[in-house]
Order: sequence, then structure tokens, then C-alpha cells
Amino acid sequence: MAKKGKLEFRADRCKGCELCVTACPMHILKLDDVVVNRKGYHPISVIDADKCIGCASCAMMCPDGIINVYVEE
Amino acid sequence: MKPVFEYTKGMRETELHYCPGCTHGIAHRLIMEVLEERGDIGNAIGVSPVGCSIVAHQYMNVDMLESPHGRAPAVASGIKRVHPNSPVFTYQGDGDLASIGTNEIIHAAERGEKFCTFFINNAIYGMTGGQMAPTTLIGQKTTTCVDGRTVEQAGMPMRMCEIISNMDRAVYVERVSLDSPANVRKAKSAVRRAFKVQDLKLGFAFVEFLSICPTNWGLSAPKSLEWLRENMMPYYPVQQFKCPEEVKEVR
Amino acid sequence: MAEKKLMKGNEAFAAAAINAGCRYYFGYPITPQSEIPEYMSRELKKVGGSFIQAESELGAINMAYGAAAAGGRVLITSSSPGIALMQESIGLICSVQLPLVIMDVMRGGPGIGSIQPGQADYNQVTRGGSNGDYHTMVYAPNSIQEAIDMIGKAYDVADEYRNPVIIAADGMLGQMMEPVVMPEPKAPLTEEEIPAVKPYCLTGHKFKRDRHAINSVWLKQELLEDYINAFWPKYEKAERELPEWESRDLDGAEVVFVSYGSTSRVVLEAMDLLAQEGIKTGLIRPKTLWPFPVKAFEEIGAATKHIISVELSQGQMMMDVKLAVEGKWPVSLINRVGGMLLDPYEVVDRTKKIMEVK
Repeated sequence: MAKKGKLEFRADRCKGCELCVTACPMHILKLDDVVVNRKGYHPISVIDADKCIGCASCAMMCPDGIINVYVEE
Repeated sequence: MKPVFEYTKGMRETELHYCPGCTHGIAHRLIMEVLEERGDIGNAIGVSPVGCSIVAHQYMNVDMLESPHGRAPAVASGIKRVHPNSPVFTYQGDGDLASIGTNEIIHAAERGEKFCTFFINNAIYGMTGGQMAPTTLIGQKTTTCVDGRTVEQAGMPMRMCEIISNMDRAVYVERVSLDSPANVRKAKSAVRRAFKVQDLKLGFAFVEFLSICPTNWGLSAPKSLEWLRENMMPYYPVQQFKCPEEVKEVR
Repeated sequence: MAEKKLMKGNEAFAAAAINAGCRYYFGYPITPQSEIPEYMSRELKKVGGSFIQAESELGAINMAYGAAAAGGRVLITSSSPGIALMQESIGLICSVQLPLVIMDVMRGGPGIGSIQPGQADYNQVTRGGSNGDYHTMVYAPNSIQEAIDMIGKAYDVADEYRNPVIIAADGMLGQMMEPVVMPEPKAPLTEEEIPAVKPYCLTGHKFKRDRHAINSVWLKQELLEDYINAFWPKYEKAERELPEWESRDLDGAEVVFVSYGSTSRVVLEAMDLLAQEGIKTGLIRPKTLWPFPVKAFEEIGAATKHIISVELSQGQMMMDVKLAVEGKWPVSLINRVGGMLLDPYEVVDRTKKIMEVK
């Protein structure tokens, strides 16, 4: 059974590059349409948090280190 | 909740100035993660190059100094003489290492200098606004070859791993890619092997990272990953050229 | 009491550096100083030091930058075209305030030039051959013994001022042999001692301090200006405290020569010959070229009618002499260039011509 993952973002540092979006195997990441962070980018957000399996592919590909990944024990 | 991935303490709090999607951020993190795992953040000394990552010392939490363009392998050779047991590394871009610095890297490799060189190959000059690099591909357009690089005008792109692996004392030479999570994990293994080679004082360790430059390639970061796979990988094959027996098992 | 030995200049310079605690040498062969890397390649390992014959002078100066940043006592040597090649990094090492001793065994120029002695690097070493605002202290020995003493002093000055110090010796001094005495040897710092004595050096922070980031590029120009203005007082201090010179027979001299290095010894002979003809002359011999010993010229008396700069360059030092005398006397030039040397008779003849004309 797949793990239940949880993501934490430092969204104020996100530059909207979408490397995490392409990396996510569950396709649950997307740039936020509405929010603009203080750098002027649409930061990353999770569409369907329940589907996160905690693989950390997003964190692997994030150049700015804004993603931390946890799983339920 | 158990952490699966937490950003390494080897990277400082300062926000990276690199362009959105620039894989410098990934390469920096991998090196610092490996140093943190080894307990070497307090011991390591790094040399940052002229190029976009001249300010790597603002992000990497180790003693660092800037080097004149291309000379990092010489600077690192001097540091290693004074601190033979400290982990020393150079971090260099393609203009720095494959253009102005070819003399220094060839000689450091052949001397078997006991430091690691991490070479960021993104086939273009980033900091100065997108000029041709020695690693720019045939047909690739840059600001100093606007109609695309030709062999007649600029010669063939330089494959540094292939050149370095001809030096007897370059004992560990590997090309990796930062285009996918799987390849990023493999790249981290290469960084681990490189520092192990330094530990064992076996000789010179060289890791080339295929990287993207979305801004100067004129592509989004995700499209840049595709461009890297379609264009760079065929010419710059991802492979391990040389690896000493002693570190083959390091993952 | 240390023994007196007959030594070749280049070998004595290398021995003096090791004696002063230098344990790192990175060099490249170039005439007329190739005996220095040769000596170092044999002798440094005997005292636990490191020698690298670098791929070029560019490699050598940058190895020195790394070793100096890491806390080592380093010697760099070359001759005029090699020093020119090193200039980018000499300026950079000044910009990041690291100590280094550099010896320029000067030969004729410009360009690849000649392999015979010259003094035509005067501008290169005193005006700074690199970009930006900085100075290097410059010492000019006129004997091998004086060079040995200056090398020892240069390491202390370099450490105190956190700046490269250049010893400008001409090729004659490098190649000749003289009896010399080495001073008391100094032990180098151990790796463990470096953080306490040179806390700005790279040693790995061990989590005992913040990491050092030695930077030469400044993305914000206001900060670079502040930085330059913050370190500039050390050069003003150097101008007050470091000038050294020797003066002879200034009292009642009709002509005062200004000359340095081995050329000054030719001038001394010429002064004897002129004295035999009843012409009274004096000498100011700068021992530091930067800072130039301006104060020496305050001792020149009313009897003096001519100042003559005697140099193996095309008036490079004459410019500093003119600045120093502030228009009070006419300044003339007696010189040879391109690797040609002056002899005392030529100095005598040309002095008399200058005295007739004025």
C-alpha cells in the first residue's frame, strides 16, 4: 500500500519554475493561479494532497530547496 | 510524520539568486548533502568560479573563496598543499573549465590532484548573457553564433569527461545528468564516490553534470529538461568513464 | 654565529625564503631565475614543504593564492614577462587582502624582451600592473645579502599588512655570487596554529565560527567603494612607516644621483671617479620603490644643482624622482635599456655632459 505523504513549502521562495510539477508521478502539483508571492511568481501548490505518496521527486528537482517531504509513520 | 526529505543544513538560509529552474540549485544541494552526511561541512573548503555561481559562497555553508576565471584547479592545488586532509572541491562552469581553464584542469588531472572537480555543463555562457561555450552544440543558437554554431567557425563542442579520462591520474571520471529525480539520485552517488576517492587519496576525481539554462536557451525549465535529453545526452553520454575498484560499491 | 657562504643570488633568495618559514613554492622556469624553482624542487621537501612546477605562471600565482588563503607562507618568483602574466591574480590577491611574497628577477623588456638584467618593471611593480585600486609594497635590494634580509622582512610586512610584497631584484643579482650570512631561521605555522594567528584564512570552519567567504567580486558597487575606503588606510600607514633608503655624501654635492639595485653599485664607482676629478656627488638609493622614499629628498642641500636618475629603464623611476623634488631641481636621466648595462665610465661621461648643458 502506498505511503501517505505530506509536503511543506516555503512558497515565498518559489520561482514558479515547474520542475517539481513535471517530476511528480502523481501529477498533484500545479502553480497557484491566484496567489502571487513576494518575488512576483505564482508559487507551487498541491491540487490533491491525499494522493501524495511521499516519493520526494518534487524535492529532488527543486533548485531552491523550498520543499520538505514527510510520511505518516 | 517522519521526514523523507529535509533541506540540508549544508545550504545557508540565503535565497538563491539563480534563474527559475536553474539546476545550479540542485548541484549545490547534492554536494552539500554529501558533505553533511560525511560530517564534513565544518572541514570542507570550496573554490567557486567566475560564472553565475561566483557567489556560491553565499549559499554553501563551507569555507570558500572565489577564483580568477579558469584557475580554480590551481587555487585548489595550493589549498590542498596546506590542508592535505581537508576535503577540497572546485565547482566550475563550462566557460571556466572548458575555455579559459583548460590548461589548469588538464594539469591538475594529470598531477592527480587530491581534490574533486564538479563541472556544470549547460552548453552556454550564463552569467554574461548567453554566448557560445566550448560545450555549445552544433546548430545551437547563442548570442555569439546567432545562426547556430558551425564546425567551420567554431570547431566541435568539447567533451571534457572524454578528455579528462585520458589523463592517467584522473582516476574517477563520471558524467551525470540533473534532468530527472532518478538521474539526480545517481548524480548524488557520483558526488559520494568523488569524495571517497579524495578520502583514499587515490587521485583526481571529476564529475560532469549535464545541466539546463532556461533563460539563455529561451525555454521553460520543463522544456529545457526535454532539450537536454534530446540534444545533450546523445553528444555527451551519461556514463561512468573510470572508477577505481575501491569506490565502485559506493552508492 | 651563522657561517658565511658563497652563494649564487637565485639560490640565496630561495634559501632565504625557506629560512624565513616559507614552505610552499609554485613556479615556472624563466630566465634569469630558473635556479630558484630548481633549488626549491630539491630543498623544500627536506623541510616538509611542497613544490609544484606549475603549468604556467598563471597556474603558479593561483596556487599561491590558494595556499596563502589557506594560511601558508608562500614564495612566488618569476621574471618580467612572467610577472606580467601573473598581474590579474596579484591584483586579486591585494583585493582580498592576503599575504604573499613575490620576487621579480627583472630582465630587459618590453615584450619577451632580452634575458639580460633590466629595471624596466619599475612601473609594473610600483604603479600596479593589474586592474583597480591597490598597491603592492616593493623592496629593491642592491646585494644578495640585502635581498636575504629583505625577503625575511617582506614576510613580516606581508602578514602585518595582509598584502602582497614584491622584491624587485635585477637579473644581475640573481646570477652573481657573493658571500652571505643567513639570519636565524623562523619556523612556519603548523596547520593547527593557523586559525589563531591568521583567523581570516580558510581552514574549514569546524562549526566554531561562521564560514569564511573570500570574495573579490562585488555585485553592489556602493559596498565595493566602502570596502576600498575601509582598507585604504593601510596604504597610507605604509607610506608613513615603510619607506627605506640609503643616502651618501649629500652634503655639498653638486650632483645627486638616484639609483637602486645593482645599478647603484655602478653609480658608487662613478662617484669615486668623479671625486678624483674634484666633482662632488651624492647618492640617494631607494630601498623601497613603493612607498617611494620622498623624505630622502628633504636632505638635499643648497649646493646641489642637478638630480640624475640612473636606471636601466626609460625614465620610469625618473618620474617618481621628479615628483619627489617638486620642481626644486632639474632632473635628468642616465640610462640603458633592453638588457644593456651601464658602466662607471659611461655614467661619468654622461654626468659631465649634463653638468655642461645646464
